[in-house]
Amino acid sequence: MAVLTIRDALNQALREEILRDENVFVMGEEVAEYDGAYKVTRGLWKEFGDKRVVDTPITELGFAAVGVGAAMAGLRPVIEFMTWNFSILASDQIINHAAKMMYMSGGQFKVPIVFRGPNGSAYQVSSQHSHSLEAMYANFPGLKVVQPSTAADAKGLLKASIRDDNPVIFMEQERMYGLKGEVPEGDDFIIPLGVADVKREGTDCTIVARSMTVPLALQAAERIQQELDVSVEVIDPRTIKPLDIDTIVDSVKKTNRLVIAEESHSFASVGAEISHQVMEHAFDYLDAPVKRISCAEAPMPYAKNLEALALPDVDKIIAAVKEVCYL
Amino acid sequence: MAKTATSRKAETKTKAAPADGSKTSTKNGNVDFAVVELAKAEYQKRRKSQLEAIKKTDKKTLRAMLYEMVLGRRFEEKCAEVYRMGKIGGFCHLYIGQEAIAVGSMMALESTDTVITAYRDHVQAMIKGITPEAVMAELYGKEGGCVKGKGGSMHMFSKEHGFYGGHGIVGGQIGVGTGMAYAAKYQKTGQVTLCFFGEAAVNQGIFHESLNMAQLWKLPIVYICENNQYGMGTSQERAMSTRNIAKKAEAFEMANEFVDGMDVMAVRDASIRAIERARKKSEPTLLEIRAYRFMGHSMSDPGNYRTREEIAKYQERDPIVLFKDSLKESGVMTDKDFEKIEQEAMDATEKAIKFADESPYPNESELLSDVYA
Repeated sequence: MAVLTIRDALNQALREEILRDENVFVMGEEVAEYDGAYKVTRGLWKEFGDKRVVDTPITELGFAAVGVGAAMAGLRPVIEFMTWNFSILASDQIINHAAKMMYMSGGQFKVPIVFRGPNGSAYQVSSQHSHSLEAMYANFPGLKVVQPSTAADAKGLLKASIRDDNPVIFMEQERMYGLKGEVPEGDDFIIPLGVADVKREGTDCTIVARSMTVPLALQAAERIQQELDVSVEVIDPRTIKPLDIDTIVDSVKKTNRLVIAEESHSFASVGAEISHQVMEHAFDYLDAPVKRISCAEAPMPYAKNLEALALPDVDKIIAAVKEVCYL
Repeated sequence: MAKTATSRKAETKTKAAPADGSKTSTKNGNVDFAVVELAKAEYQKRRKSQLEAIKKTDKKTLRAMLYEMVLGRRFEEKCAEVYRMGKIGGFCHLYIGQEAIAVGSMMALESTDTVITAYRDHVQAMIKGITPEAVMAELYGKEGGCVKGKGGSMHMFSKEHGFYGGHGIVGGQIGVGTGMAYAAKYQKTGQVTLCFFGEAAVNQGIFHESLNMAQLWKLPIVYICENNQYGMGTSQERAMSTRNIAKKAEAFEMANEFVDGMDVMAVRDASIRAIERARKKSEPTLLEIRAYRFMGHSMSDPGNYRTREEIAKYQERDPIVLFKDSLKESGVMTDKDFEKIEQEAMDATEKAIKFADESPYPNESELLSDVYA
């Protein structure tokens, strides 16, 4: 297996899907000539040209709409947002049009479109470039929401998203583009949407983490094992919607303790939803209240120390595990 | 074909009034009556060429055009009636007074071309080929509706007929329509997209974003601004810094035309030019077609923002009456033909009502189907 960065794994997925299906095209700001703001689309324009890799004006609502209309007419657009923060300008098209089109047309018009780009914080990019928006999009029936945390997942899930007949919100993380991992070869390496992955097996406590918090949770689990001899299981749902709650519930039934680590704000978050579903399905198995580690309830500050304070980190996750284990 | 350029002149003249700050509108109304008078005068000037245009158009097409206009009118009058009886729920926006726009433009399309519009969509849906039965059953929220009772008045769709809806967010469909044209160009289908929206949608950002991309990428689309002069209860004069919408296209270096929307032949004429530009040169056009909404914004609109006098003034220019007069004058049709068309339209409407009444409500399993593909 090749070792790739998440960035290159995404690039490979795009390239393979462009080659596989002539209806697939990539559209967004700086995706073509500039090679992508974060270089996810590097080399694709040179290889495939203007038809398949399309630079747009800075017009998020407009190009999201073009994607929706083109998808209704049979194409498979992959629309890049330079950051998901900018998608809020386009949210009318994502929410009111893409998500609802199939339902309100009585099943006639599918919208096979992928909206993708980095979600959440980067390095000191402050309030308007750091928001994690997965909970907002997961709230709308009709949308699927995906958040990969490894290079292999990034590739397999992006390919599955492009082949999916529904609008898919595909959320990457800028801090993670350079993370390396083994990626299976072959055009047909697909990871189905809606299947969680146990990233580390354990017996004493479950951590559900996604995107940026997965590597943090794994580091925390190692330290807890060494320092406290507590065995932590780390589960990455990978797909927020549909959510593989069964894998999480099975784990909680085994460990009886749950910590949820997420980069987003805590109020009405995906973690809140998981917490509720675990309460519903495994109430009698819990030996401690579910604990969440989330972003501070404030817009993201610029100052380095304040930004670090706002975000989840290894120490915060360890403290949470100790709390639910009464250590 | 007749030229509509003269109506452009009317537009320029009337523009002067609000520009100098003087109010030419009546006490309660917001619409400049001078516009109506000028439109009338221009129409009289055009009449001769219009009659010639009618003579050059085959009788079958003319008859079909009149039938669709009359059907739209009778169907929607019936909608108002059954809405008051509680058979139609929610919002119901009627097209009465604007029929010449949909008929004049859509009947210049090939059947494989695509259409998208806003929430005032019943008449467009029928012209594109959805049966009156399926439209009425949709209004009733019945299983036999064109989207199985899931969309209602604002969301008629038919993939089979290239009718892309029926959209409820003001202006949203302008962007989606642009994407439909993008796909047609990408796949080299030769299809043209007609994209309808009201004048109030022009104030939304999506209008400007879409026109920019359409001209930049040379997309085969005709943007049709149905200027009925009111965005819900707010007149264009109170909402837009200029009366001249067609001219906004010039900001994008896009072809544009102003058209009298009460004159179905003028609409057809301008549409043929725009559709040909889209099909042969893959270039977009903005048509501003000015008409007048005879009814309220929706069935729940009491209409106290305009005077009876204003409505009456426009009803003198009822597009169906004008078209009938011209057809008669040019000797293409007689009163007897009109009576037959009226009867056919009434019959089709009654048949639609019967179908909608008898169609069952959707099965409860429909609640959760079609959410995901």
